[in-house]
Amino acid sequence: MGHYSYFVTIFLMVAGLYVTIARGNLVKKLVGLSICQTSVYLLYLAPGKLIGATAPIVAPQYATYSNPLPHVLILTAIVVGVATLALGLALVVRIREAYGSIEEDQILAEDGRRDAAA
Amino acid sequence: MLEHLPALQVVVPLMSAPLIVLLRRPGAAWLVSTLASFAAFAIAVALALRVAATGTVSYAMGSWPPPWGIEYRVDALSAFMLVLVAGVAALVMPYARRSVAAEVPERQVYLFYAMYCLCVAGLLGMTITGDLFNVFVFLEISSLSTYVLIALGRGRRALLAAFQYLIVGTIGATFYVIGIGLLYLVTGSLNFVDVAQRLSGVGELRPVLAALAFITVGLGLKLALFPLHQWLPNAYAYAPSVVTTFLAATATKVSVYVLVRFYFLVFAPSQALEGVPVGAVLVALSAAAIVAMSLVAVFQPDLKRMFAYSSVAQIGYITLGLGVANESALTGSLAHLVNHGVTKCALFLLVGGIVLRGGDTSFASLAGLGRRMPWTSFGIVIAGLSLIGVPATAGFTSKWYLIAGAAEQGSWWIVALLVAGSLIAVAYVWRFVEVAYLAPAPAGAAVHEPPWSMRIPQAVAVALCVVLGLFTAFNVGYARRAVDLLLGGGQ
Amino acid sequence: MKNDLVLRVVAKLFMPFMLLFALYVQFHGELGPGGGFQAGVIVAAAVILYAIVFGLPAARRLVPDAIVESMMAIGVLIYAGVGVAGLLMGGAYLDYFVLDRDPVHGQERGIFWVEVGVAITVSSVMLKIFSMFASRGHDPDE
Repeated sequence: MGHYSYFVTIFLMVAGLYVTIARGNLVKKLVGLSICQTSVYLLYLAPGKLIGATAPIVAPQYATYSNPLPHVLILTAIVVGVATLALGLALVVRIREAYGSIEEDQILAEDGRRDAAA
Repeated sequence: MLEHLPALQVVVPLMSAPLIVLLRRPGAAWLVSTLASFAAFAIAVALALRVAATGTVSYAMGSWPPPWGIEYRVDALSAFMLVLVAGVAALVMPYARRSVAAEVPERQVYLFYAMYCLCVAGLLGMTITGDLFNVFVFLEISSLSTYVLIALGRGRRALLAAFQYLIVGTIGATFYVIGIGLLYLVTGSLNFVDVAQRLSGVGELRPVLAALAFITVGLGLKLALFPLHQWLPNAYAYAPSVVTTFLAATATKVSVYVLVRFYFLVFAPSQALEGVPVGAVLVALSAAAIVAMSLVAVFQPDLKRMFAYSSVAQIGYITLGLGVANESALTGSLAHLVNHGVTKCALFLLVGGIVLRGGDTSFASLAGLGRRMPWTSFGIVIAGLSLIGVPATAGFTSKWYLIAGAAEQGSWWIVALLVAGSLIAVAYVWRFVEVAYLAPAPAGAAVHEPPWSMRIPQAVAVALCVVLGLFTAFNVGYARRAVDLLLGGGQ
Repeated sequence: MKNDLVLRVVAKLFMPFMLLFALYVQFHGELGPGGGFQAGVIVAAAVILYAIVFGLPAARRLVPDAIVESMMAIGVLIYAGVGVAGLLMGGAYLDYFVLDRDPVHGQERGIFWVEVGVAITVSSVMLKIFSMFASRGHDPDE
């Protein structure tokens, strides 16, 4: 069971994808996307910590240090995730103002009605 | 300054975006954006000439030598793509002044140009970088700005199209990150060349295969590989005309370029692809794309949507060549990146002219266009011929190589498929000809072409469709060099 | 919420400590967890606390919209400018080694200015996102 971080990663990834695909509410889709991205952070970070290694600050009494590179990569990925979430929510606010609803089936029905009337 | 051209290629459009945000006025925003695009094009041409003369150019960002630092690597394949992206970005800019002023509200025009510069910087960065994670960073820069650009289209359907593209595109980017995370865990490096070298020594094949799968699906979502293409028709149909033109010509092509880099320069040299039927799967999906999407295009009620579905079918041609993977087919695929880019650029520039003058691109309102906008209709017919693949147009050169590649392999059903695809393309181009030239124009319709600032880029793009069919030194010649690089394993 | 005495006093008490902590996180990024992004978010959180308790117009008087938009662009230009400074001093783009006579000190300088640029951009972007969402439905022309 030394691989429990990978089990958590896969659970989060699949749960996030399920929420994105199966839920019709636009905000829930964004939340699912966020959960899926969080699983990716775990995928990178957990193997970065080496067993018996210390934090990556040079000190004379330590020989092995944990890998700081995944942390840098994930900082970037977190910022990208935040920007995507903000953009998605801004789009949801505009869609709500334009369509009156944030349920996907109601929005598509509204578009279908507009198409049929045109 | 000349040795810093690889860095400047990305930095010039990237720095012009905050400059536009500070300047705020629409005229100044357009001017800065145009200067940045032309500068980027000049740098791309200079880099392409340098690579043709002296070989691969490697630039270490921050003077950290690869593989510890991020490397910008310009070889035949990336120089090819840089010229395409920067060229389309520059060509569209003079056209954009009137088109964007008509389609985007005035107080958002400067934001439009800032996002456009960021998109150009992102696509150029994706092309030029030699670091796996850097590709993801630039991929997200270009994707996020694309979502904003699409959402700036008129009407509320643009918002929904942008949201759907956001969900699908972010899933694609997330899968790509998972793939390169697995590659990093297995090899310990993030540099393309270094990962390729280390991958051949890896014993555990399962993470590598998982990485291959995740990267294929992730990039497949971005390049609209059938059946991952659902976001494309809505995004192209409801975005502003300039955005549709730029995206159709460049965004999916750059994702194809990254996929080609992974398949031939990272996975192929290692043992990972032995026994995995990647080629067969690509050929099957591409065949479905070509036939199904061309047929769907024939039945669309709107000109923009028709060309959007046609784009998915043409991407099927490109991935078909990747699946067959011999020298001729690969040359056809890479040449088609440029040929299709130029063709769709011309088509959507012309459609944007129709939007400026009439507002509606549904077939019902295009009746008699041949009399109301003669040059525009003629241009669409010429570009349509390139789409079909008539000899002496750009589309013919790449389809010729694809057919030759399939014939060399002995897969005659693929040759039949390619010919069938062209015949269906005749059907949907004929739809436009029928409506524009054979339907009577509404009474009192005068000749009303778009202004000269739009007509000149349209004319250049349409002329390129024909010129690239006759003088193939750039599209086929450079594609051949790139194929030598790919099949030679990066030497 | 601005009529509640406890909230008003606590918000006003907290803000300077939050801003100070943000500066601490900003400058200790190379020695511990921290850096530009984290510091920017804490600065934005301080101003957003003020906006939540006292209302958005009061926060707008505190930090005008024009300044927030300019800060977004200026932060990016500072970051890119450090890269250009590396070019002008004779190294590659974003080369920190040439920014000082001693390469190690040059690294410190480069990282310092880059993180300043990041903090400026991130704080203004977070604040702008908050004020855009919060003002929706109040401004008729947004």
